Amino acid sequence: MSVKKRESLLRNGSFQTILASLLCIALGLLVGYIVLLIINPGGASKAIMAILKNYMYYPSAAAAKKYLGTTLVNASALLMCSLSVLFAYKVGLFNIGAAGQYVVGAGACIYGALALKLPWYLCLIFAILAAALAGGISGALKAYFNVNEVISCIMLNWISLYCVNMLLAKVKEQSTPYTIPLSTGNPGALLPNMGLDKLFSKNEFVTIGLPLAVIMAILVWVLLEKTKFGYELKATGLNKNAAKYCGMKEQRNVILTMMIAGGLAGCAAGIYYLTGIEQWMVQQTSVPAMGFNGIAAAFLGGLSPIGTIFSSYFIQHITSGGTYVDKSMYCTQISDLISAFIIYLCGFVLFFKMWLNRWLDKRDEKAKKGGDA
Amino acid sequence: MLLLIQYTLIFASVLVLVALGGCFSEHSGVINIGLEGIMVMGALGGALAMKYLTGKVPGPVMLVAVIIAACGVGMIFSLLLGVAAIRFSADQTLVGTALNLLGPAAAVVLVRAINMAESTDNVSSTVAYGPAKRAFLMNIGTFEFNWFMLISFLVLAASYIVLYKTRFGLRLMACGEHPQAADSVGINVYRMRYAGVLISGALGGLGGLVYITAGVSEWKFENGVAGFGFLALAVMIFGQWKPVNIGLAALLFGLFRALSNVYTGFDALVALKLPSTVYNMFPYIISLVVLVFVSKKSRAPKAEGIPYDKGQR
Repeated sequence: MSVKKRESLLRNGSFQTILASLLCIALGLLVGYIVLLIINPGGASKAIMAILKNYMYYPSAAAAKKYLGTTLVNASALLMCSLSVLFAYKVGLFNIGAAGQYVVGAGACIYGALALKLPWYLCLIFAILAAALAGGISGALKAYFNVNEVISCIMLNWISLYCVNMLLAKVKEQSTPYTIPLSTGNPGALLPNMGLDKLFSKNEFVTIGLPLAVIMAILVWVLLEKTKFGYELKATGLNKNAAKYCGMKEQRNVILTMMIAGGLAGCAAGIYYLTGIEQWMVQQTSVPAMGFNGIAAAFLGGLSPIGTIFSSYFIQHITSGGTYVDKSMYCTQISDLISAFIIYLCGFVLFFKMWLNRWLDKRDEKAKKGGDA
Repeated sequence: MLLLIQYTLIFASVLVLVALGGCFSEHSGVINIGLEGIMVMGALGGALAMKYLTGKVPGPVMLVAVIIAACGVGMIFSLLLGVAAIRFSADQTLVGTALNLLGPAAAVVLVRAINMAESTDNVSSTVAYGPAKRAFLMNIGTFEFNWFMLISFLVLAASYIVLYKTRFGLRLMACGEHPQAADSVGINVYRMRYAGVLISGALGGLGGLVYITAGVSEWKFENGVAGFGFLALAVMIFGQWKPVNIGLAALLFGLFRALSNVYTGFDALVALKLPSTVYNMFPYIISLVVLVFVSKKSRAPKAEGIPYDKGQR
């Protein structure tokens, strides 16, 4: 009886997804550990523990809580980015442009805050709308001109980066390439804390962005799984022609999908930059990795909005943990290497599931034959 | 003016090499978004070869050794894409994106480890190769001729011949258009796709090497290759997957890149008062516009991005 129960668990789709994700993480960490061993065998175990411990590195509970808060702020932005990727992927579109839409969102909210002196809620809305527009461009190109969304998104990533650099150069500090901090430029644009900062030892960067991101994850789940609109979107993704045949407006659906995906990425930038945790560097020559890491979190979370909450926390956890490795032996990029490798492994998940199911089939068949004889 | 031509030619050489790499991979049916990561790894291979061979071998040997190192590392790295996409039917866009993140991260970790092993105070991610670089250069008057310009041109010519005039090239393209049909006449689709990906790895790696030796004599690997892999993708699309057109597209995009570096030397351009960012942005905007016009009847290989499954009808 117990054997049968375990087997049905192995057959369960979501269990397989969790198993595959955990395998990816384990293998990714193993590869990271091996790289550390090659660089310097002496401190490898300590370093990998430092990455896994992250904020628990601090002996005092107050300090640990504070840095947990910082990790969570980063993770909430990452969560929004991965929701953007996930949402588009469910509709059959690969939103590699989350990175660029994030940049547009950042540009819009910082410019809104510093040049137009808008309050925080308008800045946030401004960021969402601007990024939705950027996403909408890719969607419209796909719907009307059949332009592959991956390619148009890549082009738009770079166009956005250069445009935002030019725009934000107007609100930068005199002597540095960074934009003016929000706390001096326009304190009204900072997201309200609503007492959340007190939970994390007065970490002023912990704001309503945190619960907002989780609420968004749940909303995306509801939209995709429980509404007619979500069903239509998914149907369009599975077969555009069939959807059209059933009377769905497939062009409108593609554009709307990319706009929502863009809006989610823009919101990510909003809840990150409007905490004042970081200023924009106007001489950036590469697109921020947040959007690309969003792809990682989306796939590691098994393309489920709820799973993504955990996977984006995990990816941010090890990324932040990288700063605690012994810098006389290793460098912080080791955690980038680990998370990049985890994304790579996510490519094998489909094959893993197929292989697992085939193996289970074979075993069942054998058991059946044994039973007959 | 001479400087502009020199920069245009060297940037065009980079773009043509990498774009042709992408072209081979896509014609075999595998989308290679990971060119950026491959370039970084190739550049790393070349830079380390230059670092360790400086002063030990004569110029021509150095040139060959460095090229082999860059191509070799690029090929090994591209195998990560090949194995995942061809053997394990992985999502090619996902794996390509992973390569783009993996390449720069791996390069920084490796270079820092090497630098730290040499002296514990050196935590930079920079490799210097000043003296070794001279093997690639030849001065004709004030024009600095780079051997890679010639090599790129030869690669372009060779690509044209290989793709259109040899059995291998025609078979390769068949695998990107209709792999089932190719298989039915006895072509090994998997092997052809591996060949396409490996060629793209070699050319991408070489392109990375040319890029880092273009103007400077040391490279900080934290900077990656600043989006040149993506620019090469744009060149490939602008060139509609055809070698000759890719060559012309690379010249055009190379010109824009060069303009962003040297536009201050032209009074007419200075008078326009455009920031250099605009010139950087231009190639991407042009490719987006071109895509709008050509995508309805795209010349892209039909089966690209779809993992080959023998059992599928």
